[in-house]
Amino acid sequence: MRGKQLGFWRRYVFSTDHKTIAKQYIFTGLFMALVGGYLAYVFRQQLAWPNQPIFGFGGVLGPDQYNAFVTMHGTIMVFWVAMPILLSGFGNLLIPLMIGTDDMAFPRLNMLSYWVFFLSTVVLLASFFVPGGPASMGWTFYPPLTSRADYTGVAWGGHLWIVAVALEFAAMLMGGINFLTTTINRRAPGMTFFRLPLMVWMQNTASVLFMFSVGPLIAGAVLLLLDRVVGTGFYVPETGGDPLLFQHLFWFFGHPEVYVILLPGLGVLTEVIPAFSRKPVFGYRSIVISTIIAGVLSFVVWAHHQFVSGIDPRLAVPFSITTILISVPFAVFLFCLIATLWQGAIRFTTANLFALGVIAEFLVGGTTGIVNGSAAADIYVHDTYFVVAHFHYTLVPAVLFAGFAGLYYWFPKMFGRLMSEALGQVHFWTTTIFFNVTFLPQLALGLHGHHRRVADPTQFPWLAEVQHLNVISTIGAIGLLLSQVFFLANFLYSLVSGRRAEANPWQATTLEWVAPSPPPHGNFPEPVRVYRGPYEYSRPDTAEDWLPQHAPEPAR
Amino acid sequence: MLARWLPENVSTVGGEIDRVIAVIGYVVGAWLVGAELALFWFILRYRRRPGSRARYVTGETLRAACWVLVPAALVLFCDLVVDYVGAHVWETVKQTAPPAELVVRARGEQFAWRFTQPGRDGRLDTDDDIETLNHLYVPANRVVHVELASRDVIHSLWLPHLRLKQDAVPGRRFTVWFEVTKPGDYPVACAELCGFGHTKMVGVLHAMTEDAYGEWVDLQQIEERDEFWEE
Amino acid sequence: MAARSELATGIPTGRLGVWWFLGGEIVIFGGLVACYILLRLHHPEWAVEAAHTQLAIGALNTFVLLTSSLTMVQAYACVDRGRPQRALIQLGATAALGTLFLAIKTFEYRGEIAEGYTPTRNLFWSFYYAMTGLHALHVLAGIVAILVVMAAVRRREALQRVEYVGLYWHFVDIVWIFLFPLLYIASGS
Repeated sequence: MRGKQLGFWRRYVFSTDHKTIAKQYIFTGLFMALVGGYLAYVFRQQLAWPNQPIFGFGGVLGPDQYNAFVTMHGTIMVFWVAMPILLSGFGNLLIPLMIGTDDMAFPRLNMLSYWVFFLSTVVLLASFFVPGGPASMGWTFYPPLTSRADYTGVAWGGHLWIVAVALEFAAMLMGGINFLTTTINRRAPGMTFFRLPLMVWMQNTASVLFMFSVGPLIAGAVLLLLDRVVGTGFYVPETGGDPLLFQHLFWFFGHPEVYVILLPGLGVLTEVIPAFSRKPVFGYRSIVISTIIAGVLSFVVWAHHQFVSGIDPRLAVPFSITTILISVPFAVFLFCLIATLWQGAIRFTTANLFALGVIAEFLVGGTTGIVNGSAAADIYVHDTYFVVAHFHYTLVPAVLFAGFAGLYYWFPKMFGRLMSEALGQVHFWTTTIFFNVTFLPQLALGLHGHHRRVADPTQFPWLAEVQHLNVISTIGAIGLLLSQVFFLANFLYSLVSGRRAEANPWQATTLEWVAPSPPPHGNFPEPVRVYRGPYEYSRPDTAEDWLPQHAPEPAR
Repeated sequence: MLARWLPENVSTVGGEIDRVIAVIGYVVGAWLVGAELALFWFILRYRRRPGSRARYVTGETLRAACWVLVPAALVLFCDLVVDYVGAHVWETVKQTAPPAELVVRARGEQFAWRFTQPGRDGRLDTDDDIETLNHLYVPANRVVHVELASRDVIHSLWLPHLRLKQDAVPGRRFTVWFEVTKPGDYPVACAELCGFGHTKMVGVLHAMTEDAYGEWVDLQQIEERDEFWEE
Repeated sequence: MAARSELATGIPTGRLGVWWFLGGEIVIFGGLVACYILLRLHHPEWAVEAAHTQLAIGALNTFVLLTSSLTMVQAYACVDRGRPQRALIQLGATAALGTLFLAIKTFEYRGEIAEGYTPTRNLFWSFYYAMTGLHALHVLAGIVAILVVMAAVRRREALQRVEYVGLYWHFVDIVWIFLFPLLYIASGS
C-alpha cells in the first residue's frame, strides 16, 4: 500500500493506519469528554444551588434528569473518554512505533474496531433523544432497578445503554487482540520483552485484564437485556433470580477495569518522567512484576464493592485483605517513579508537570482507597462522597492528568508540531488547583456522611450544615472545566500553526522518536534494530545524556 | 484526623467504626505525607541546573531495589495492621448481635421506608402492630434488631449518626442491629440509587427514653382504636 | 502491507489472534455457565424442568456437531497435505452439518414453545434459551466464516485460514459439550 496514493476517504476516514485510527479515537474521546464535562457542570450546579434554573441548561434539573446526568457522566467518562484515549488512542499510536514495526498485526480489524466504537458512540448519544431520556440507573446498572422499565420510566434509554456498552466492549476486544498479537509477533529485531518500553507492558497488561474480566459481564448484560426486553427474570427474585448476581458479574469486571484505565495512564508516566529527568526508570523489572501481581490480584477483590450489599458477611474479611494487599504492588510502582527523580536533572515541561501531578494526586487516591477497602470502615463510607472523591482522586490523575501528559508529550509525534509551553503551564496550574478545590471538599462531605446520588442534599438537616462544601466543590468544578479552554485553544492553535517539531524534540530514547514527525504510513523509512533497553539516559560512558534504543553501541 | 469530620456518634458500635477510620487515617496519612515530602523534595532538589548531569541509576541491583522494596514491605506491614483492626470490628458489628430487646421491620419501597413494630404485646404479626412511614420510634439504650427487606428495587438503610448502613435487597431478608446511646432525632436516608425519588427518601429515627417510648406505643394503640371506631 | 515478514516468535500471527479471541470467548461462556450452575445449586427443583428437554434431539445434535468437527479436522489435514480441492468438500460438509444442527435446533425450539416451555416460563427455561441461543448464534457465525474461508480457498488464497476457522469451530463444539449435560442430561423427575 505504501507508495500508492490513497484517496481522502481511505486516508482520513476509513484508514487502516494505526496512527490515523489512534487520532480518531483520541478526537472522539476528547469530544465525549466535553459531553461528560457538560453533564458534570449541570449536576454540580444542582447540588450547590438546588432547584434553581441553571445557566447553560435552560431550566431546573429535575431529580429524574439528575439521575440520568450522573449515570451518563460516569458511563461516558469511563467507557467513552478514558478507554478510547488512554487505551485505544495511545495504544494504537504507540505500540507499533515503540516496538519498531510498520502497523498493527491486523490493520483492517483495527479499522473495524474504531468504527464499531464510533457506532457505539452514536447509539449512546442517541439515547439522550429517545422518549424517557437516557439511562438513569447509575453507571453500575444494578437490577432490579434496571430490569423493568416501570421502576424508572426509562425504557429505550436503558436498552440503548446496554447495546452501546456492548458495542464498545466489542470494539475494545478487537483492539486488545491487535495489541497483544502485534506486541508478541511484530517486535523489531533485538526488541526482547524486557527491552519493551513500559508503556507497551502497561497497554498489554491492560488488554489482558480487560479481555479476561469483561466476558462474564457481557454474559450478564445479555441476560439483563433479555430481562428488559423479553421479560425473563434472571435478576428478579419473584422468578428465583438473584439481583446480587449482576453485582458480582459487574464488579468482577469493574475492578480490573479500573486498572485497564489506570495502567496506560501510569504507562505515560514511565515514558515522560525518565525523558524529563534524564534518568532510566528506577526498577524496570520491579515495575513489570508488580504490575502483573496487581493485575492478578484485581480478579479477587471484587466483593469490596459489596460489603454492605448483602453478601455473606464472612466473605468481607478475606476480600478486605486482598483489596488492601493491592496497595503493595502499587506502592512499589509509585516508589519506583519517585526514586526515578532522585539525582535526576528534571525539566519542567508541561508534559512532565502533568506527569508529576499524577503522582502527587494519585497518592491521595491510593491512600483514601484503604479506608474504603477496610470492610469495617466501609460500612460508614460506602456510597458516600468519600468514595466519589476517592475514585476521582485516582481516575482524574490517571485519565485526565496522564492523558494531558501524554498529549503534550506525543503531540509533536502525532501532528509534527509542538504545543505552546506557555499556555500549557497555565493549563497545568489552573487544572491542578481547581481539581483539588473540587474534590477535597467531597472527601470532607463524604466523611460527614453525604450519600451519593441525592439530587438535593439540603433537605437533610445534617447535610444542610455543610452545604457550603458543596458550593465550593461546584465552583471548583466550573473552574476545572474553564481551565480546559486553555487546553482546547492550545490544541487547536498548535494543530494549525504550532512550531514545527523535529523527529525527536525531547531527545528521548524509545523508537517512536526515530520515525519522522509525523510518521508516514509505514512509520520507519528503514527497518530499525534494537540494541538496548528503553531508558538509557545519562550513561556515564556516553558524551550525550541519551542513547537511543536503535543506536549501535558507541566506540569506547 | 479523618474522624473529626464525622457527625456525632450515638450508637454503641459506632465508636469502634470511628476508631478504625481514625487508625487508617493516621497510618495512611503518615504514608501520604512521607511520600509527598519525598516527591516534592526530589522535584525541587534535582531540578535541572546548567552543567549538571543526572546520575545513571537503573535500580536493577538488589541493593538499589531495597530503597523501594523495604518501604513496600513496611506498607505490607501497615496493611496487615489495618486488616487486623478492621476484621475485629467487622465481626462485632456484622457477624455478632446481642439478643434483641425490640424487633422492628424496615421495608424499603419506591420511595419511602416503611417500618413495622410491635404494639403493647411486644410481638410482631399481631393485631396491634404499629406501622409508620419514614419515622422510626425506638427506645434508647435498648438493643434493636431491624429485619430489613425491600418491596421493589435495592435500597440501603443509612443512619449516619449510628454508623449503620445495609442494603435492602428484594427477595432477601437481612437483620441489622443497633443500640442508640443518646435520645434524640437522627436522620434516616437511602444510600443506594433506587429511582427518581431516591433523593426524597428522608426519614427520621426518634430515639426516646424508655418512658417516652412506652407512652408513644400506648398512644398509637389508642389512635388505632379510635380509627377502628370511626370506621 | 507487511514490510517485514519475519515473526518475533515464529507463531503465525493469525493463530495468535484467534487464540486471544477464543480466550475472550471462553470467559463469556464461562461467565454464563457459572451463573447457571450457581443458581441451579440454589434451585434443585430445576431438575424437574430439565426432564422436559428433548434428550434424544439433543443427543442427535451432539452427534451432528461432533461429526462436523471431524470433517473440519479433515479439511485442515487436506490443506496440510496440499489438496485444497478436497479441503473445499470437507469445509462444505462442515458448513452443511452446522446448518443441519441449526435446523434441528429450530425444530426443537418450535416444539418446546408449542408445549408452553417458553423463555419466560421460569428461570431454567430462560437459561436454556439464553445459553443455547447464544451458542446457536456462534454456530451461525461459524458457518458464515466457513463460507468466507471457502471463497478464499477456491482462489487458492489464505489457506492458513482453514486452521483458524477450525480452531473457532472446535471451540463452538466444545461449548456444546458443556451445555448438553448441563441442560439436558442433569435432570430428574
